[in-house]
Amino acid sequence: MFTLRRFLQLIPVFFGATLLVYFLVFATPGDPIAALSGGKPMAPAVEAALRAQYNLDQPFWIQYGLYLKNLVTLNLGQTFSGQEVAAVIGRAYPVTARLAIMALAFEAIFGVFFGVIAGLRKGKLFDSTVLVASLIVIAVPTFVLGFVLQLVVGVQLGWAKPTVSGAAPWNELILPALVLGLVSLAYVIRLTRASISENMNADYVRTATAKGLSRRRVVVVHILRNSLIPVVTFLGADLGALMGGAIVTEGIFNVPGVGNLLYKAILNGETPTVVAVVGILVIVFVIANLVVDLLYAWLDPRIRYV
Amino acid sequence: MSENLTPDKDLSPAATPPARQGKVSSRVIEHYVAPLEETPLSAVDSVDVTAAPLSLWAEAWRNLRKQPLFIISTLLILLVLVVAIFPQLFANVDPTSCDLGNSAEGARSGHPLGFTLQGCDVYSRVIYGTRASLMVGLFTTIGVLIIGGVMGALAGYYGGWIDVILARLGDVFFALPLILGSIVMMQLPAFRENRSVWTVVLVLVIFGWPQIARITRGAVIENRNADFVTASKALGLSRFKALVRHVVPNSLAPIIVVASISLGTFIVAEATLSFLGIGLPFSVMSWGNDIASAQPQVRNNPAVLLWPAVALSITVLSFIMLGDALRDALDPKARKR
Repeated sequence: MFTLRRFLQLIPVFFGATLLVYFLVFATPGDPIAALSGGKPMAPAVEAALRAQYNLDQPFWIQYGLYLKNLVTLNLGQTFSGQEVAAVIGRAYPVTARLAIMALAFEAIFGVFFGVIAGLRKGKLFDSTVLVASLIVIAVPTFVLGFVLQLVVGVQLGWAKPTVSGAAPWNELILPALVLGLVSLAYVIRLTRASISENMNADYVRTATAKGLSRRRVVVVHILRNSLIPVVTFLGADLGALMGGAIVTEGIFNVPGVGNLLYKAILNGETPTVVAVVGILVIVFVIANLVVDLLYAWLDPRIRYV
Repeated sequence: MSENLTPDKDLSPAATPPARQGKVSSRVIEHYVAPLEETPLSAVDSVDVTAAPLSLWAEAWRNLRKQPLFIISTLLILLVLVVAIFPQLFANVDPTSCDLGNSAEGARSGHPLGFTLQGCDVYSRVIYGTRASLMVGLFTTIGVLIIGGVMGALAGYYGGWIDVILARLGDVFFALPLILGSIVMMQLPAFRENRSVWTVVLVLVIFGWPQIARITRGAVIENRNADFVTASKALGLSRFKALVRHVVPNSLAPIIVVASISLGTFIVAEATLSFLGIGLPFSVMSWGNDIASAQPQVRNNPAVLLWPAVALSITVLSFIMLGDALRDALDPKARKR
């Protein structure tokens, strides 16, 4: 029942968000057909044919309906330079997915590790150091972090390539993934720490300790399992945010991913590409949130009855 | 009867184990039960029952005054505010009079941070750039508080179909990440042709309000059935007035905390948009614009990028620290730990 209800709630969000994006892009300036001919006058018949091809002659609602139909059937149309949008996205998406997965893994591993240690040693030197460091990471904008790391690690130390090559193999994506995940890493650390130190005083921990369990078992089996619930939900929701945040990171490191594609498409006013990419990003974001909600309900059954 | 009145004497040393006796024997009076916590009558009498108990805010204020985190962040924010309002007090070099003869030169007397590629004084530009960045942060936060607060309060308080509609509306805007939505929206003709502090604020408010709405809704739901609300309604207050006078003031704490932290986020968002070239126009001096224009020279002259970034980071950091301090002070549950 809970699953079904959550799933039904998703439908209006999906329609609303795609409508919003479509409306925003639809209202964007510049006649793309005029831009196609470089601003020179075009034969009326050619222009009309092109308008019909991109459905630009239809009223807004019809265009939106056609867009939705095409989005669901993955028939995304062509860019104005004649490439299949689906093919362009198909090339860019795996790169961004790789980048986001690496960033997420980085967040999960280091974030939970540092968060747990800081939470267990609340008020000690390690804890305060981690807290201050995480605050600084949150406060410094991602693009500044990106430039500094690119300059220091990529150019001066030469440990990594400062820009990513066309194929974007895993090893070249390490540095961009680090930059992309760094801010969320700080949030994961703080969230884990708060959650751990909150659960340290819970009754069930006292019971477990009183039973004579070793500290390791109390921490790993009892505290960690209960403390990680909010962290898991944060990480899930972050997957969608990472896809959006990739615009800046991919720009700095020249990663040929979705963010780069989207940014260029927006600047060129390529409506089909923009709405397709943003539509897919919204779908990923909404599905990630749904999975998180279901996961939350599964990890913490109390949620279902609220 | 006398034995019952003097239990201490009843448990005479004879009833105690010898080892224990040895330890306590040096004391004049031997207590074998925990000593009573005595409160002398004079202390009870001196409690002023007519004084109002400390409110959440008064108690929070008493706590905050002693917190170094709060003091540091408040002083920093005050400093940034003063710099934003009176930049001429802090820099006597005109940030717009640039001499190409000074292009990319290092620090010298009167120009502590050196020059940009265009020969502008970096220090002066950092000082004068404060206003635009801070204005975006402040006004976006105010706008988000108004829209998100009203939406969240109505959704949480009235529930039912109002809640369904408003919460879904929030979800729709929430499904677009802040930066992504802002980039798309800044391309609209109305925004692209009139780029200014106000258009950036408007765009950030449009995509930023759902977070505050969610927090407000949660806080209002927690309070709407509280006894004091029922009491105020029983005393004849209308439903809406009970919301405005009792529910909202009691739900403010978490909202203020989140608002303080998101103020920092909005400053970063403005800088990111300006960095991408679609935020503030280049005629407006802002940290984001300065970072963006320093970017091509980052490998030769990193200092030009560094200083506006440092100023930006310190400002954002102080708002986040303020939020953290407020959270500790306003959440009594967290404080007891």
